[in-house]
Amino acid sequence: MKTLDEAVVGEVCIVKKVEGDGKYRRRLFDMGLTPGATIYVRKVAPLGDPVEITIRGYELTLRKQEGKLVHVEIKEEARS
Amino acid sequence: MIRVALAGNPNSGKTTLFNSLTGSSAHVGNWPGVTVDKREGSYKKLEERIDIVDLPGIYSLSPYTPEEVVSRNYILDEKPDVVINVVDATNIERNLYLTTQLLEIDVPVVVALNMADLVRKSGDMIDINELSKKLGVPVIQVSALKNENLKELMTLAYNQRNEKRKGTTIVENKQLLHLINDVKIAFSAQNVANPLFHAIKLVENDEIEVKMHSELVNEVEEFKKNFQDDIFGDDFEALIADARYNYISKNYTSAYHAHESKQNHTKLSRSDKIDKVLTHRIFALPIFALIMFLMFHLTFTEDLFFMNRWFGLSIDNEIAINFFTGMKYSGEALGGIPSPGVFLQNWMGFATGSLMDWFRSFMPAGTWYTSFVVDGLLTGLDAIASFIPQIMMLFLFMAILEDSGYMARIAFILDRAFRKFGLSGRAFIPMLSGFGCSVPAIMAARTIEDNKERNKVIRLITCFSCGAKLPLWTALGAFAKFNGISPDIFVFSIYLGGITSAIIYALFMKLFSKDQYVSPFIMELPAYHLPQFRNVMAHLWEKLKHYLIKAATIIAAATILIWFLSTFNWDLSRGMVDINDSILADLGRGLSYIFYPLGWAQGPEGYKFTVCTLTGLVAKELVGENMELLGITATLNAAQLYSFAVFNLFTIPCFAAVGAAFGEQSVKEFWKTLAWWFFMSYGASLLIFGVGSLYLIALWAGILVTVALVLLVIGAGFIVSKKHKRAQLQVV
Repeated sequence: MKTLDEAVVGEVCIVKKVEGDGKYRRRLFDMGLTPGATIYVRKVAPLGDPVEITIRGYELTLRKQEGKLVHVEIKEEARS
Repeated sequence: MIRVALAGNPNSGKTTLFNSLTGSSAHVGNWPGVTVDKREGSYKKLEERIDIVDLPGIYSLSPYTPEEVVSRNYILDEKPDVVINVVDATNIERNLYLTTQLLEIDVPVVVALNMADLVRKSGDMIDINELSKKLGVPVIQVSALKNENLKELMTLAYNQRNEKRKGTTIVENKQLLHLINDVKIAFSAQNVANPLFHAIKLVENDEIEVKMHSELVNEVEEFKKNFQDDIFGDDFEALIADARYNYISKNYTSAYHAHESKQNHTKLSRSDKIDKVLTHRIFALPIFALIMFLMFHLTFTEDLFFMNRWFGLSIDNEIAINFFTGMKYSGEALGGIPSPGVFLQNWMGFATGSLMDWFRSFMPAGTWYTSFVVDGLLTGLDAIASFIPQIMMLFLFMAILEDSGYMARIAFILDRAFRKFGLSGRAFIPMLSGFGCSVPAIMAARTIEDNKERNKVIRLITCFSCGAKLPLWTALGAFAKFNGISPDIFVFSIYLGGITSAIIYALFMKLFSKDQYVSPFIMELPAYHLPQFRNVMAHLWEKLKHYLIKAATIIAAATILIWFLSTFNWDLSRGMVDINDSILADLGRGLSYIFYPLGWAQGPEGYKFTVCTLTGLVAKELVGENMELLGITATLNAAQLYSFAVFNLFTIPCFAAVGAAFGEQSVKEFWKTLAWWFFMSYGASLLIFGVGSLYLIALWAGILVTVALVLLVIGAGFIVSKKHKRAQLQVV
């Protein structure tokens, strides 16, 4: 298990747990990052942060800082 | 008459639907959070008038940003007769998350599946009956853009008006349901409206709810103690969010029939292909810079694509020159072709100039009423009209960027860089809007969820030269020329200087803020689409209308007042006097003492600059306009020129923008903002005049001071980065 900020572009992962507190954790839930959700890591911004992911059929961007709060399990390795 | 509220996710097409229904031209953008305040209109195609309220887009009824609070409070407190939940059919899973919360409220709900045409085009199908059965409320497919099924939607909503709908929940877990029910009964006993909604929010630990019903919190905690979930433990927030999404995926899979080829999420859509280029690891930033450059180039340059500078293109054909310059052929060749912005501005100048000549041709010279019409009204009109073309050009580009979905990518691309200054990528949009007008820019800051960052951004807005300051830069162009500075370089330096200062100020604020905390950045990236002509035009028209109303009222009144003050003496019996004997001159002379240290208020005509600056409080257009109206003959040296420009750029904006800031900030923060605007502009101006004068007196002294200042800035930056590292270590 690792956190979302460590995931590599192209990987497909499953959300296991979301840490953090209050508003921001709540926001992550509201945006669909609930345990069990499938994430496809799409790309990293030109300056190395934030990351773009596909979740529940749409594109979401979040910083690695926030990605640290999301524990994931790799389902599919990145295809090189 | 009944009242219907439109609620839905940001970017779900609510505003487009609102425009289609009401025929209004509210501004729509492909950028989450375009509607920052509610908007009202009415639908008149049924037997009874229906008032429609467009609410800011929300992802959830547990608000995160101030604009989300507006939506929640409206639905709960203002009690609309029916809520139309606008759902983006192409993104149904996340959109229905809000629906599950709306259903908990005791209000009739109609679900409008918007962008149904796009779903059909992609070959997918949504089973409306199935969805409607599962949700327990009517569902209808519409296309707000193509006016599809809108009348049916309104009829459906209208027929729901007397429904006594009770809130329903999608929670299926028996134990949890039991808990929610107990809290609901407690609420019902207190006669709280929407007991189910409040009960669930309280169980979810919703911030607002806990504050509102603190008396019940202990009771709920008591209930919660008896509850243990295998996976989530006592994490009710996660539990309920999960329950909602689970419910959706369960029912959504049976109602949504995806086209077979689309199952694979790694397959590239057209939007993805565009995105690959625009957010490319290497090309993204150069492309962004190029787009920004083009935007300003096409609006302001007099030498399109530098065809004169690089290829020596010059035009000496009389007809062609008259065409490009708006009949200003003087026998000299024209260097290069003007940009569309300048071209339109030239013709606007021709139109207003002709009008003035026409009035002069038949009105008796030397009378007060000729002076009133020509020097007052028409000169005012000329100044106002002359830069409508350029403002419109800038707004046009911004509307295209916004509508296409690129704006959101700009935030994505720039976030990392902005973070260095203690801001997030979201700050970019308000700042960019600042180039158009400070009022919408300050309001757009509402999409920033963090209070501190929002206050910061509002204070920085004046660094971005708004459209109304353009006539001032144009007027000052003549002074720049006198100092051997090309006018377009001067204007460019002002814009660039403004941006640079914003960065420095942001760093400055970061340096002096107690914690180094940066607010999170969690944002949806909408799919790209071709800008809709109707949306872009609606956006432009809204801006133009806003501007024209402002011009016709406040600017016109101020123009007349200034004309009066500058034409007459305290002793009215003297009739029309020279401006140097006027009331305005006296007022300006008195107040000039404040601005004396800044350089430009010195000299016999210094008070005129003071007067111009003061009138800027009414509307910034007046600063540039009055430069012409007051007939300034004095010159400014480079130090005075930049000091004056910078003061007017940074200082307190017009009353309208001050009002916007008042509306967006707490009273305390608002006063701080006003003070910041004044002292920051005064300080910057003082510095520029001081250092600039040194250069003019003795080059070596100027260089010495500049080196000292640069070292100071580097030193400050060093301290910031050290402090930052320490803060980061603490986090880890």
